[in-house]
Amino acid sequence: MAEYKLELKGVCKSFPGVKALDNVQLSLRPGTVHALMGENGAGKSTLMKCLFGIYKMDAGEIFLDGRKIEVNNPDEAMKYGIAMVHQELQPVPARSVAENLYLGRFPTKYGPLKIIDHKKMYEDTAKWLKEVKMDFDPKAQLGTLSIGQMQSVEIAKAVSQQAKVVIFDEPTSSLSDNEVEALFRIMNDLRDRGVAMVYISHKMDEIKRIADDITIMRDGTYVGTWAASEMTTDDIIKNMVGRELTNVYPEKHTKPGEVVMEVKNLCSIHEKSFQNVSFTLRKGEILGFGGLVGAQRTELMEGIFGIRGVASGEIYMHGKKVKIKHPIDAMNAGIGLITEDRRGNGIFGCLSIKDNVGVSIYNKYLKARMVLNHKKINESVEDSIKKLSIKTPSMKEHIANLSGGNQQKVIVARWLANDPDVLIMDEPTRGIDVGAKHEIYEIMNDLAAQGKAIIMISSEMSELLGMSDRICVMCNGKLTGEIDQPEEMTQAKVMSYATQF
Amino acid sequence: MVKTNQQKIKDFLINNGVIIVMFILVIYTGLTSNNFFTGNNLMNILTNMSSRLVIALGIAGCVITAGCDLSAGRMIGFGGCIAGTLLQRMDYSGKFFPDMEPLNVFVALLIVMVICAAFGTITGFFIAYLSVPPFIATLAMMEIVYGISLIYTNATPLGGYVQEYTNIANGKFLGINYLIWIAIIVAAITWFIFNMTRHGKYMYAIGGNPQAAEVAGVPVKKTLILIYMKAAAMYGLAGFMLGARAGGASVQLGYGYEMEAIAACTIGGVSVTGGRGRVSSAVIGVAVFELLKVALQYLGVDANAQYIAIGIVIFVAISLDIRKYIAKK
Repeated sequence: MAEYKLELKGVCKSFPGVKALDNVQLSLRPGTVHALMGENGAGKSTLMKCLFGIYKMDAGEIFLDGRKIEVNNPDEAMKYGIAMVHQELQPVPARSVAENLYLGRFPTKYGPLKIIDHKKMYEDTAKWLKEVKMDFDPKAQLGTLSIGQMQSVEIAKAVSQQAKVVIFDEPTSSLSDNEVEALFRIMNDLRDRGVAMVYISHKMDEIKRIADDITIMRDGTYVGTWAASEMTTDDIIKNMVGRELTNVYPEKHTKPGEVVMEVKNLCSIHEKSFQNVSFTLRKGEILGFGGLVGAQRTELMEGIFGIRGVASGEIYMHGKKVKIKHPIDAMNAGIGLITEDRRGNGIFGCLSIKDNVGVSIYNKYLKARMVLNHKKINESVEDSIKKLSIKTPSMKEHIANLSGGNQQKVIVARWLANDPDVLIMDEPTRGIDVGAKHEIYEIMNDLAAQGKAIIMISSEMSELLGMSDRICVMCNGKLTGEIDQPEEMTQAKVMSYATQF
Repeated sequence: MVKTNQQKIKDFLINNGVIIVMFILVIYTGLTSNNFFTGNNLMNILTNMSSRLVIALGIAGCVITAGCDLSAGRMIGFGGCIAGTLLQRMDYSGKFFPDMEPLNVFVALLIVMVICAAFGTITGFFIAYLSVPPFIATLAMMEIVYGISLIYTNATPLGGYVQEYTNIANGKFLGINYLIWIAIIVAAITWFIFNMTRHGKYMYAIGGNPQAAEVAGVPVKKTLILIYMKAAAMYGLAGFMLGARAGGASVQLGYGYEMEAIAACTIGGVSVTGGRGRVSSAVIGVAVFELLKVALQYLGVDANAQYIAIGIVIFVAISLDIRKYIAKK
């Protein structure tokens, strides 16, 4: 048997205007988890898409068990036993879990008639879901599940294909801690069966726990491969960014001031969503919201912001009661919201950076009350590009061409231009690379220093503990705990509140 | 990576393929026919384009928000008929309102636009507040408006217009037909709305990502209603223009024009997936369409076969246009 299950050699890939991959290599040993690391834009996902046949590589070879193979499309990849759990989920939300799992390879009956065997499909789906320790109805419509649950379906799909090589492209970016545990159990299981796995993630603690080998990429080039046990977190970061990154969470110097916002007994119109939530928020404070996926934190914030229905409860801004029925009301009250799902309801992909920033501030830049003052808008946008160091050739660039971190900064710029007193940031660093994360943290501290109050939802425990002045923990729609003493801010404490029900 | 000259030329050819082909076709037609390149013919083409452009600019707003408007054609007929009934000569034997003095032309136009806008508002309400997909909502309005036109006119064609009305199609200012001036003014106003007002920017935002627009505090519902209202008013204006040109109108006026307008917009580069498109897109699209029709006539292509040619152009144009946005694999 060949030493390597799968080898990629000399892979090159160019897109119009960029060389995305330049002579990259990757060697997977059977029965190991191989972490593929690098900043966003380093080319990890591109490399995996080449392997999976989504992209056609310009040069390079793929060897499976020492035999050279060619992969022209995902279908061929799957036939070779290569499966991929995508970073951007690509499910069909309007169809059932089972149909998504068997999409493209439905079990059929009656021989050549190829009638779809629904009974077998549902039974098998139930079996595979059990295999990944998830028990929801195979007939449930996929769109009704949470992002974390959808991810589990993707993983179940890969497992069900009996894959020999499984690519996990940031599978945990939207999973709660216990879902991550479940994932790791499955991965350990697969490892015992001799499956070679590629694991792309930005989370160091996970890499340390699960990975056997680490390959690091930077700017589309191959940096090196090491045994995971030989690498410290600092080594990894150093190789990824090509420079030393000292403090992961920058020191925050501001102390919280007077109360800006008060939420009293807020209840959702849905019984299973947030109920009776009350909290206060102070000037210059970063209030962390912890909890597992499904704890209804996002729903609560969207309720406050007027996107979701609120049945009862009150919101006070600077001691005055405000009525919020629509995001416009929230903005007028001085609240901003950076949503969790950047692509879904954050950016306008086909519009320029300028239009993405400008959309919330047009009311402020009018001549004669109706004509847009493009000169002023340009100045303001130019200013925020500089202030937040958004890397772009110009503000006319389409936002879709930026990396995740820079897109996030554009959204931050949008809200800063609007000058809110309270900024709600839902998973502000989700899916962005280490360097950009650090910049976002510094922006958050700057904002706090300017007297803004920040609510941060985070599912990344270390981020929650490292950035927050105070932590509220939710579980099943209820606020189960509040931690305001720095010495009490521990993972164990947060988890104990997060799993009360 | 620096692009080679060869690549640049290739990109240019692909990005402007349809326009280049049109250009060649027009030059070829001009060289092989005697009276294609005449001032008269040019003016004629521009006049034909004028009402089409007004329709296309109305529909462009809907398409940019990832919608469409199937009611445009029937709305044009409705507008043309209302204008017709209000502007008939007293001595015309088949006068619709025998005892009513013909109205002032501008008052009649205003009435036409307001009535059409009212119906557009209803369409917009269903789309914005009741989340009826634009395709279905405008389909429903198409049927309703057609029915109302039939009942209103008793399905009889109208004619015998006052001279002030037909003059709009015949009169000239600086040697250019009034209809062309109207189209120029409408294009200028539309450009202003698209680029210089909040409404225009909100329109692009809604087309780009409606969920994000909602979160960013865009008044999505109000904007959508305004777009369909504005569009309907423009169809009314187009009906008014077509009626003046023909010197008469029937309920069939403008039938099928909505499809040509949508096609023209997309040929010019308005994306049906939303968020992209400019006034110049509509102008180019309408020009390509009209020039194609006229050139084929001059070349003596069978009138029935012209439909096939138009269909092929739509296929090719849209395929090339989509190429610009789809990332290469």
